[in-house]
Amino acid sequence: MKKDLLIEFRSREVVYTTLFFAVACVLVFAFGFVREGVAVDDAAAGILWIAIAFSGTLALGRTFERERQNDTLRALMLTPAERPALYVGKLMGVLLLLAVVEAIVTPIVALMFRAPLLAFPLLMGSLLAAGTIGFAAVGTLFAAMLVRARSRDVLLPILLYPITIPVIIAGVRGTAVLLQPEADLPVARMWLSILVFFDVVFITLALWTFEPAMTE
Amino acid sequence: MDFQSLTFTDVTRNFGRRRVLNKVSFRCAAGEIVALLGANGAGKSTLLSIAATLLAPSAGRVQYGDASSSTGAALRSRIGVLGHDLFIYPELSAFENLVFFARAYGVGDVDRTVRTALERAGLEARDDPAGRFSRGMRQRLALERALLHEPRLVLLDEPFTGLDDGATMALRARLTELRGAGCIVLLATHDLETIDGVADRAVLLRGGRLILLDDLAGSLRDRYRRANRDA
Repeated sequence: MKKDLLIEFRSREVVYTTLFFAVACVLVFAFGFVREGVAVDDAAAGILWIAIAFSGTLALGRTFERERQNDTLRALMLTPAERPALYVGKLMGVLLLLAVVEAIVTPIVALMFRAPLLAFPLLMGSLLAAGTIGFAAVGTLFAAMLVRARSRDVLLPILLYPITIPVIIAGVRGTAVLLQPEADLPVARMWLSILVFFDVVFITLALWTFEPAMTE
Repeated sequence: MDFQSLTFTDVTRNFGRRRVLNKVSFRCAAGEIVALLGANGAGKSTLLSIAATLLAPSAGRVQYGDASSSTGAALRSRIGVLGHDLFIYPELSAFENLVFFARAYGVGDVDRTVRTALERAGLEARDDPAGRFSRGMRQRLALERALLHEPRLVLLDEPFTGLDDGATMALRARLTELRGAGCIVLLATHDLETIDGVADRAVLLRGGRLILLDDLAGSLRDRYRRANRDA
């Protein structure tokens, strides 16, 4: 992960492209869903999570493209490090990158849609963290598996979105109930619990399948 | 863990319907350099990937002494691989690349080991990203990366690619050193003249099957041509 951060710090390629894409996404939707300063109900929650999912897909693709170019993922697989540990390292790198994106995009969504996204910072932060972990856990596994596939850019979203739809729905619903005029905290906590459940399932499955998927 | 031999027994590998390796069996001992020859697409890189534990055979088995590839991390720490792709990060300097891999392999005294490796590669004065190096310089760096942790089994895929005459001679000398140190060296190459006299044995992969070239007389090039013609 330290090596990934050093490379990213030098090139700033992934963070800039991902961030630009996420902000552009929010701005385009803002023009569509905000009329005379009033946003469509629940639009802010949906757009926040769409921006995270789309930019996350972009980040996953670019992160592994870097490993593909010199086949360095194989070099990592050859080291005596436990192979699931390689998955965890890559996942942490992607999560850190998405955390940076979310830290910038969330206030922009709050501003553009006049949404009280920061009214319950702890719960909102937990929803974002749990949702991002679930999305990135599946995405990192698929991006690693597709690194040698010719049509990986097309296949990644096709495989990723159907499986992560429960995570995105739970994230959107959990965020939406926090943005209601009277926030429904118990329901938000229920969606958070569902997200944590998905995280546990996805990470367990990914750790279990990473090595066989990468050596076959 | 350590081992003194590498044994392929009836190793078969299919990619979909295509059979790339068909019941390949041979054994390499410690202190031996074995040249793996064959036309493009003959399965040399596939066999090296199987030996490196990156690919599982469809049938048959590979043994490292008494151990199998399921030994995992302990076995991988004794294998060094120079692939056709060089496995180096172009954004990092030669020093940073080697430090990263030295730590990943748990090498002791990382700084001294890496500096020695850089001197061997003739790259001790370069602190710019490896992506700016010539192919030959990257090849030398990749070779040092593969040998950094003093592996028992050394797998080299086209190690002479991009090397100038001086670097080629240095690599020949290095191979001899590795043999002296008791390494098992398995190298896939098309540079027959270069390895003639360095390799102890040569095997030819053709149509997925393995042909031993040791029983034939003449230069490696002659033996290679005759074996290809007769097969």
